[in-house]
Amino acid sequence: MEVSSHTNQAGNETIMNAIIDISGLVKKSKAIFNLHGGVHPPGNKAQSTQLPIGELPLPEKLVLPLRQHIGNIPKITVSINQHVLKGQLLAEAEGTVSAAIHAPTSGTIIAIEDAVIPHPSGLPDQCITIKPDGKDTWIERKTQDWRKGNLNDLVASIRLSGIVGLGGATFPTQIKLRGNGKSEVHTLVINAAECEPYITCDDMLMRERSEQLVLGIQVAQRLIGAQNVVVGVEDNKPEAIAAIQTATANTNIEVKVIPTLYPSGDARRLVHLVLGQEVPHDKRSTQVGIQVFNVATVLALYRYFEFGEPSLSRIVSMTGNVNRPQNFEVLFGTPLMHLVKAVGDAKDDTSHYIMGGPMMGFDLPSEEVPITKAANCIIAASPTLFEPATPAMPCIRCARCADACPVSLQPQELYWFAKADNFEKAQDYKLFDCIECGACSYVCPSAIPLVQYYRYAKSEVIALDKAQEAADIARERNDFRLARLEREKQERAAKHAARAQGAKAAQAAKAAGSQEGQTVTDKQAAITAAIERAKAQKAADGAVPKNTTATSTATKAEIKTIDTRRAAATKDANKLTADTDKQAKIQAAIARAKAQKAAALKAKKG
Amino acid sequence: MNRSPYISNAPSVSNIMFKVLLALIPGIVVYAWLFGGGILITLVIATATALLTEALMLRLRRRPVQPFLTDYSAIITAWLLALAIPPLAPWWLIVIGVAFAIIIAKQLYGGLGYNPFNPAMIGYAVLLISFPLLMTKWPAALSIAQTKLSFIEQFNFIFSHTLPAGVTMDAVTSATPLDYLKTQLKLNQSMDSIQAASLFGVVGGKGTEYITLAYLAGGLFLWQQKIITWHLPVAFLGTIAAIASLFWLVDSSQFSSPLIHLFSGASLLAAFFIITDPVSGPTTPKGKLYFAAGIGVITYLIRVYGGYPDGVAFAVIFMNICVPLIDTYTQPRVFGHKE
Repeated sequence: MEVSSHTNQAGNETIMNAIIDISGLVKKSKAIFNLHGGVHPPGNKAQSTQLPIGELPLPEKLVLPLRQHIGNIPKITVSINQHVLKGQLLAEAEGTVSAAIHAPTSGTIIAIEDAVIPHPSGLPDQCITIKPDGKDTWIERKTQDWRKGNLNDLVASIRLSGIVGLGGATFPTQIKLRGNGKSEVHTLVINAAECEPYITCDDMLMRERSEQLVLGIQVAQRLIGAQNVVVGVEDNKPEAIAAIQTATANTNIEVKVIPTLYPSGDARRLVHLVLGQEVPHDKRSTQVGIQVFNVATVLALYRYFEFGEPSLSRIVSMTGNVNRPQNFEVLFGTPLMHLVKAVGDAKDDTSHYIMGGPMMGFDLPSEEVPITKAANCIIAASPTLFEPATPAMPCIRCARCADACPVSLQPQELYWFAKADNFEKAQDYKLFDCIECGACSYVCPSAIPLVQYYRYAKSEVIALDKAQEAADIARERNDFRLARLEREKQERAAKHAARAQGAKAAQAAKAAGSQEGQTVTDKQAAITAAIERAKAQKAADGAVPKNTTATSTATKAEIKTIDTRRAAATKDANKLTADTDKQAKIQAAIARAKAQKAAALKAKKG
Repeated sequence: MNRSPYISNAPSVSNIMFKVLLALIPGIVVYAWLFGGGILITLVIATATALLTEALMLRLRRRPVQPFLTDYSAIITAWLLALAIPPLAPWWLIVIGVAFAIIIAKQLYGGLGYNPFNPAMIGYAVLLISFPLLMTKWPAALSIAQTKLSFIEQFNFIFSHTLPAGVTMDAVTSATPLDYLKTQLKLNQSMDSIQAASLFGVVGGKGTEYITLAYLAGGLFLWQQKIITWHLPVAFLGTIAAIASLFWLVDSSQFSSPLIHLFSGASLLAAFFIITDPVSGPTTPKGKLYFAAGIGVITYLIRVYGGYPDGVAFAVIFMNICVPLIDTYTQPRVFGHKE
């Protein structure tokens, strides 16, 4: 019901916008829709926006993890000691969801091995290490006409660009652009909200590169065939808003300024804020005609088509407990400490580094990690900047978390279920709709690490699902095996039955045979008697010469019959013995089978 | 490791509970001014009992004592119970009530955050059932009492239950407005003549109405501080006002006005301090409305038709039982899900 009404609403909006576009007279609606919950953490953005986006000198080495995106690890296409040029393919996308990796500068590949990567797990993963030659020599760049080029060719070529979602999700961009032409996407939402504290890379991008950004938006608009484009930007970035409004002045791109409220930059939240449309929980936004791109991603698309530059660098906010917080255009693979040096080093009490913002970021496992495609912000942390968490108190059910949840979940109930390992109930309460934004923990008077409980519950459910899947497969196999055994048993039983039938017939035959035997004995006796009679007759005859010529033809015939019969009787008797043997064998086989069954039963019971 | 968020902006549990205590102080001041300093003695006994029993139970349960003693939740229970029982009750009455509330109703269920019932109301109900006479013997406000007891005399009365020579019990006690209403209505007195009695003030009981107004002020402070939301007090008071108005409009000679119901008995104390206990109450906004409205209905019915002059405690306990049900059936629609 709601879905259809939403679709209708979206449809109406489309028509409305089309009419407005044609007339060109009426300004589009500027309405901003409300978000449930949300929090207002201190922005801490001013520190890193004092200086323009900086450039870094080439580092000593570049360490490029193969796993910088969501999806399959790309396939390495270079070998150790090979000299590569800037922009040269190092690893190509493997499978549908994957992204290529390119050499950020020219140099020599000095290692292809496991190294520590910026990932919450802290586990090392395969990386390609380049020693720059300092010349920064480009490979031959192939530009494409994104305004007129064949759409399918353009989209297909993005697979070679290595571009992933630079807002932090790092989802390979070509996947989000596939199926155009057939796609139902009518509205493109450009995510410029940047709601997390400290992070200013998108803010600075909009301030300094708004013209290229607008071209990037137009690239994305053409590729997905969207009629409407809305840029959503939080009102705490007045310079960026001014720049983007100037740059979009003569376009059909609408800039919507939304109130600063974390987490308005979450894609589904942003869509709701700027379009008033809730993307159903079980659908992707594209299924309701909306696609969302981060500002940095569309800019990368533009540079790829316009200049033939693959994804080699990104803007990173280097802020927190450092001397001169600033944004830099950083080559992927640049060691973290190289970036830290550029901001005049971290202050002495820096304890560690955080990647991402203070609401959703994570502790970097080491200072040795490289900057990757996901690294929008690095915060130097200190105990004064981020106070260590106070010990958690029991939940007093104050429901401040529920008031803060942007998804309208009941975090206090989810916490309760997660703590009790009651995962079924947790899923009933929509555990998997949690976006782990941390708003609930942010407002919790009992200082309960709520998000950690949800992450735990989610990972347990996923593990259980996997185990369940494995168990299902095992059960299926077992069921099949049992069915096969049953079938074989039945086949054996059928065979036995057939044999038993045969044996019965034989027994019947035996019974019949013994009767026949009786007759035979009688016959034999008769024969003997006859012989005796003949002998007696002979003796009685006395003088009769001892030859058979004297016997009558009838007697001869009788003797012949008797002989034939005798032979037949002997043969029958032989056959009878054979049948008895067979029966014994069958009996033995049945007994064996019974014993086996009993043993099996015993084993099962045991 | 993923331990975000790294920042938080929340008052601590202690901070919240402390503000609740703070919000009770205007009511206590007015109370002491109207009824004498005896209430302060009761509050001290209650506080000491609460802290001692809480510490004892925490030790027995091998839980850290210090963080839970300083969360102030036991003191809130103690103060609410002390304010709910007659102020000149013998010292052991409040000791038994608070000890029962903390030991049985709170700690045996798991302590802070785990008690399904409002501990103060459990303590109150136990006292009311066990010691009905003491629990209904309210002293008259000093302004209308025949004999005004001094602080020392009140102190002696609480600890030794002896009155100064020549002073009878009747001289210091008086029926509460709700009690008086009930008994007089049974005697077929008209509402006008009942309310003309000296123990009635402008909107409620003479004197006690000022205490309830002070509770209202404290409650508004809690709302302003975002310790409580509007849902519970508004739904509770609104329900009482609505039902009382209905009955009163139908027959004003038999039923007292909604103002009497709002400003007498425990209405305002309950609205802002008792039913707002987050632990034993519902968490969803809609659930809070149902919960508070339920308490309002039951309170009114007990007052008008039940055997007790006031019904807040039993109403709260009954609705506490319904909380899991209420929470289950009032889940808000999750973003991206259908209703």
